[in-house]
Amino acid sequence: MITSFLLKSFDRTIVIAVAVILGLALIVPALNLLTAPDHPLHVPTYLVSLFGKYLTYALLALALDLVWGFCGILSLGHAAFFALGGYAMGMYLMRQIGARGSYGNPLLPDFMVFLNWKELPWFWYGFDMFWFAALMVVLVPGMLAFVFGWFAFRSRVNGVYLSIITQAMTFALLLAFFRNDMGFGGNNGLTDFKDILGFNIQAQGTRAALFAASAVALALSLILTSGMVRSKYGKILVGVRDAESRTRFLGYRVEHFKLFAFTISAMMAGVAGALYVPQVGIINPGEFDPANSIEVVIWTAVGGRGTLIGPIIGAVLVNGGKSVFTAAFPEFWLFALGGLFVLVTLFLPKGIVGTLQGWRARRKEYRKAAADEAARGQTAAEPVAAE
Amino acid sequence: MNEKKPTSLLYLDGVSVSFDGFKALNSLSFVIEPGELRAIIGPNGAGKTTMMDIITGKTRPDTGEVFFKGDIDLTKRDEAEIAQLGIGRKFQKPTVFESHTVWDNLELALNRKRGVFATLFYRMTPEDNARIEEILSTVRLSNRRNDLAASLSHGQKQWLEIGMLLAQEPELLLVDEPVAGMTDAETAETAILLKEIARTRSVVVVEHDMGFIRDLGVKVTCLAEGSVLAEGSIDFVSADQKVIENYLGR
Repeated sequence: MITSFLLKSFDRTIVIAVAVILGLALIVPALNLLTAPDHPLHVPTYLVSLFGKYLTYALLALALDLVWGFCGILSLGHAAFFALGGYAMGMYLMRQIGARGSYGNPLLPDFMVFLNWKELPWFWYGFDMFWFAALMVVLVPGMLAFVFGWFAFRSRVNGVYLSIITQAMTFALLLAFFRNDMGFGGNNGLTDFKDILGFNIQAQGTRAALFAASAVALALSLILTSGMVRSKYGKILVGVRDAESRTRFLGYRVEHFKLFAFTISAMMAGVAGALYVPQVGIINPGEFDPANSIEVVIWTAVGGRGTLIGPIIGAVLVNGGKSVFTAAFPEFWLFALGGLFVLVTLFLPKGIVGTLQGWRARRKEYRKAAADEAARGQTAAEPVAAE
Repeated sequence: MNEKKPTSLLYLDGVSVSFDGFKALNSLSFVIEPGELRAIIGPNGAGKTTMMDIITGKTRPDTGEVFFKGDIDLTKRDEAEIAQLGIGRKFQKPTVFESHTVWDNLELALNRKRGVFATLFYRMTPEDNARIEEILSTVRLSNRRNDLAASLSHGQKQWLEIGMLLAQEPELLLVDEPVAGMTDAETAETAILLKEIARTRSVVVVEHDMGFIRDLGVKVTCLAEGSVLAEGSIDFVSADQKVIENYLGR
């Protein structure tokens, strides 16, 4: 059952994409660790972390594409799931600091000592164990998505209304996490991390490993989503996107199909956030900013929604552009982003990958038509040749 | 009236529903027998589509009873459940999955387990394959199987939707204006197709096209202002003075 599911997930594009991502997981860390700093192919450590960050963004965009591109749910709150995964990882990293914090308290993180708290809040228990934190990375965003989706999809909240309440959700979380008495470090968030799984988080080797982990997570998620969208389930998801009432009158419980996709997608976003935090070294409530969620939509649209490779390419291209631009002409970046979005909407409504696929399909059709034409020409010519 | 329930396939009694004060259905009652093909006519706003909405669970009636197969109360169930019970519905505007192929449209409609996990791990079996082939030839789309539904003509989309309903294997089919926008040749073929389908299940057809209904040659129910005006053969109904005033004469 599982094997047939996995086998179906591999078509040529996905195989190539997974191979490229896994190749990067080996090559980039190798070029960083095994070459001398003055070697022409050397990848400096800061770039490894930067690329690692792009990969986590790509995973977030892929997660959004599963619900937006394939099911038509335009979530404008996906950064919230990303941030929750990030906070779960951040809490683990905070507990790893132990007595090495500025205040030297073996149990309480610095900000709690500063706030004069005497004991650890209950929801911080367990986060000293990696397995627990890793579980929470998927469970917390997954639970939130499940509960939120349960109510929204059951009440048949659709289209722009759903988008608005997802924005409201991330905004509410933003305000909540800003509060000091929530117990998540308030405005400053969680930072000053020291170790992950016993390895120094600043070390070159750890950075390379985090990059590789991000790439592997992206590759696995790509296989999972590909299996999902290629199964009958995925076809129904697209059916819900295109003709929801038809799906319902065929006897499918549309709300269950949406809920499953939304929950899986939130879990993937949580994993992305958890890999993001150790690579950038901080998580703060700014990650819940509604504008962040909207940026994810832009990456996905630029790359091509409804394709699996599109959001990955979109996230890497837009964020790569952002890094280059903000270094070279910092004041123009927002204009460039806005211009990019306008241009893509006007000239590439299906995004980069969607447009390329459209060209390929048309060329194939043209070739087929030409071949048919030629075949007909031949049969017409045959009697003449026989004479 | 109550003793009729056990034998009838679909039983509506005194169904009323109003939207913002407008009575869309006004104490509507009728019965469909197993294996019956029934045509429903009536002017715009007579409540034909609302009646279908009630039967398929899209709208809840304010008062009245709706029973399927004797004792299944349809007013307490939602669309998906009613569809799984065996009531298929074709919309007025052809509604198919445009970005799927004709084959995939039928595969999704096939009467198999409808759950998330059942569909996630679904594998095409030889029986399913044969069933889809059979439906493809019934609705005359065998040579278009790998084309996207979006590329079909209007009439072919109507047939594909009828094919999807067949794949669903319903006991009762509700068909809303199946020949709207079809050519005469397509209309005639659709009449043959529906008669074929009605051999194995009950079909309710809502139509405006009187010629088409004559082709079907079945019992006709004329609705007006939310209730039944006349019922009987097409000649009987079209001779009825009230029907002429309300519908045909207009």
